[in-house]
Amino acid sequence: MRGAAIRIEGVEQDFGAFPALRDVSLDIQPGELVALLGPSGSGKTTLLRVIAGLNSPDRGRVLFDGENATNLPVQDRHVGMVFQNYALFKHMTVADNIGYGLRVRRRRTRPSRAAINARVTELLQFVQLEGLGGRYPAQLSGGQRQRVALARALAIEPRVLLLDEPFGALDARVRKDLRRWLRDIHKQTGLTTVFVTHDQDEAMELADRVVVLNEGRIEQIGTPEELYDHPASPFVISFVGEAVALPVTIAGGHVKFGGRELHIDTHGLRSGPARVFFRPADIAVAAEGNGDLEGRVESLRRTPAGMRATIAIDGYDQTLEIDSPLERSASLGGRVPLSLANARIFPADENGDYVNAGDGI
Amino acid sequence: MSEIAITSSGRNRGVKFRPVTQDSPFARYALIATAVLFLALFLFAPLAIVFVEALSKGIGPFLTAFDDPDARAAIRLTLLVAAISVPANLVFGLAASWSIAKFSFPGKSVLITLIDLPFSVSPVVAGLVYVLVFGGQGLFGPWLAAHGVQIIFAVPGIVLATIFVTFPFVARELIPLMQEQGTVEEEAALTLGASGFKTFLTVTLPNIKWGLLYGVLLCNARAMGEFGAVSVVSGHIRGLTNTIPLQVEILYNEYNNVAAFALAVLLAGLALVTLGLKSFLEWRHADALSGRARRH
Repeated sequence: MRGAAIRIEGVEQDFGAFPALRDVSLDIQPGELVALLGPSGSGKTTLLRVIAGLNSPDRGRVLFDGENATNLPVQDRHVGMVFQNYALFKHMTVADNIGYGLRVRRRRTRPSRAAINARVTELLQFVQLEGLGGRYPAQLSGGQRQRVALARALAIEPRVLLLDEPFGALDARVRKDLRRWLRDIHKQTGLTTVFVTHDQDEAMELADRVVVLNEGRIEQIGTPEELYDHPASPFVISFVGEAVALPVTIAGGHVKFGGRELHIDTHGLRSGPARVFFRPADIAVAAEGNGDLEGRVESLRRTPAGMRATIAIDGYDQTLEIDSPLERSASLGGRVPLSLANARIFPADENGDYVNAGDGI
Repeated sequence: MSEIAITSSGRNRGVKFRPVTQDSPFARYALIATAVLFLALFLFAPLAIVFVEALSKGIGPFLTAFDDPDARAAIRLTLLVAAISVPANLVFGLAASWSIAKFSFPGKSVLITLIDLPFSVSPVVAGLVYVLVFGGQGLFGPWLAAHGVQIIFAVPGIVLATIFVTFPFVARELIPLMQEQGTVEEEAALTLGASGFKTFLTVTLPNIKWGLLYGVLLCNARAMGEFGAVSVVSGHIRGLTNTIPLQVEILYNEYNNVAAFALAVLLAGLALVTLGLKSFLEWRHADALSGRARRH
């Protein structure tokens, strides 16, 4: 099996007055494992369905290996799709489910019964469900159904594998196992794989590249490292990983929070209201008198890595969480100076949206 | 051990634990008695009388009633009408419920309302409408007469009236079932390369087969038993346009009670068989009929 390159050009789709996808363009390399990440209603499933051919976009094109597939019927796209609740055929056995895509082929291209059976056996082995071919979907566990759905999709030797919330309906432990397993399957098959998820951990752990969607638009495309270290928008920094936001003002090249000045580079940024984002790991307890911020320790909690402190910042009505090493843990109720090691600042535009990215410090 | 069991059961009899939703024994028996009395008076007694009257002169006259050529013609016609209208409404019901459950289009709610129309309109009115449209003085009457096509007072009219009256049975049964099932399995079949028709045959149909059979049974029962609409358009021509229900009425009006009730027994028998099959389906495939087993 060899994966196809997918190219999406300016795809838009409206559901009534609601724009589900707005000017989405995306290039996916052959064999790449890509996650579509976003909250519900962000358009990620719609985009997956556009690639599959289950939705036809109102504008824009979808290309497979450079060929325009926008108007190619779903049957001719050779896309392996794993649906959110697997959509297994309830009235067929596992083996019949897996062989379905081969049995429904036109007579000329249909493999012989023996060949279909051999392929089904091979796929059952591949997804580690040997001996369960005679069962019905209702007799399987969630994780097993997931495997059947995948085997059924792989049976047609697809060019592209698409998965809609592949681990959504499973409990946490099965999820973890299946994540690793999907990664292996991807490595073995070399298929271009696109999966939809709302779980940022899942996206970051599995995908070569992650496409972050919000309200029908692509916010950022990048490797997990890029998304984490160089988030392009306030949405990305808050959706991917934990982040704390502070309202600040930029004036005369300085960033002011309350009466304090934060040492953040404002080169090329417009003056006015802005928002500073930083991650719990980027803020540390500073030496006395050296802090950018000061606050009071509200609670302390042991985490596997160290201590996590909830701190009420002076001049701000919200608390923030920081990770501090055990040996420097602050005492409950005590005042601590804090220093920012890394922060991102997003000044507001005319509409009051925080859009332009700026690397801090 | 046994002694303890006896005393404890004896004590239970005294305490009488009753679930909160259960009424007092008096209320329970009163309700049951009312229901049984009502059913006996209005359902079982008439049914029993049909059989008693039919056999009142013995088995011989009962059987000769079926030797009458008019009676045989009526039976043949009833079977013919059912054989045409049931498949027609099967196709219509499938098409309508498919389009209503799986697509959204303008006028969908109007279509749903229209499907229910035959339930809300009196069958006699339905028959009259056909007379006004296809009859001699009707809308298309002159044109039809000029082309030698007779619809009213002939078999085509009876078939049309029956189709109208039995319109909703299949569709009403399938629409909620298909709506509940959604389209995801069909989508899966399509991505696997199945054509639309193959998807219908291999995925949609197996999922609705029991509901479909149920609808067809009800449709068939009504098609064979319909009186009002058919009576208006038939013209009551003996041996030609009389269905079993119409023939029963004619014989009864002629005080030919044995023959009338003999044919009525046949109709009642058909209804009982249908009911039996329906109950069997409900018992055997309750989950598939209600769509409850669809979620796992």
